[in-house]
Amino acid sequence: MEKIPILRIGKVLLVTIQVDMHDRLALALQEDLSERIVRDEANGVIIDISALDIVDSFIGRVLSNTAAVARILDAETIVVGMQPAVAITLVELGLNLTGVKTALNVELGMAMLSRRLRS
Amino acid sequence: MTSDVQIPSAMPLYTDDDVVRVRAQVRQFAVEIGLSLVDQTKVVTAASELARNTLRHAGGGEARLQILQRENMRGLHLAFSDRGPGIADIGLAMTDGYTSGGGLGLGLGGAKRLVDEFELTTEVGKGTTVVIIKWKRF
Ligand SMILES: Nc1ncnc2c1ncn2[C@@H]1O[C@H](COP(=O)(O)OP(=O)(O)OP(=O)(O)O)[C@@H](O)[C@H]1O
Ligand SMILES: [Mg+2]
Repeated sequence: MEKIPILRIGKVLLVTIQVDMHDRLALALQEDLSERIVRDEANGVIIDISALDIVDSFIGRVLSNTAAVARILDAETIVVGMQPAVAITLVELGLNLTGVKTALNVELGMAMLSRRLRS
Repeated sequence: MTSDVQIPSAMPLYTDDDVVRVRAQVRQFAVEIGLSLVDQTKVVTAASELARNTLRHAGGGEARLQILQRENMRGLHLAFSDRGPGIADIGLAMTDGYTSGGGLGLGLGGAKRLVDEFELTTEVGKGTTVVIIKWKRF
């Protein structure tokens, strides 16, 4: 089965979603990430969704759950790169990405993580 | 005066990949009728919610996509239908946060907010059809 690649930069895992994810792929990503957090002793996860042209309730739930699992494994998750049209739609849909931290891009997400790790 | 440009083409909804294909086709039609990026995003998101409901709650069905042409506007008419269990309490199903299992319960209410017209017809034991329309005004 196809997979979404997970890159490691120091203690941070970086995932760039580049396809219109079907549901199984999203769930597989959630599992892969949890395993990699433990294996790589990662303390941060950045999920870049700049290529996603929609986030519906399912993808939203996967992002929230991923962040929740990561937190239990002592890693912080930051979702970066959400397109403005996607953000507007999410609000109208009624989805508040509970527990998900966001940043405008990967760089700012990285900065957010390193600030948190220093303090 | 009304003329509907396209005969609706039925797209099957039985797998995750079918949902992805329906999203892509809705996007293409949304671009074709000149919807703004935000409106494209809204209608594709609504379609994604309804397509997934067809798959998850009714075991599959089909989507019919159609471009509507009115005198001074064009629209996207999307119908999602199944022969699943139907919905006993529409009011409850439409309530934000209500799910019969596993979801966030945002799909139906959310989809309704994202489009201009929304109609749900259902009969217990027979199936469900949800029709949505998004208009492009000139
Ligand atoms: N096509 C359908 N056939 C039968 N029941 C349906 C159908 N669509 C929706 N329902 C019922 O209506 C409820 C609410 O649907 P809605 O899409 O709002 O939430 P959900 O699918 O449970 O969760 P979410 O969409 O947030 O992941 C569902 O839980 C289900 O019981
Ligand atoms: Mg739903």
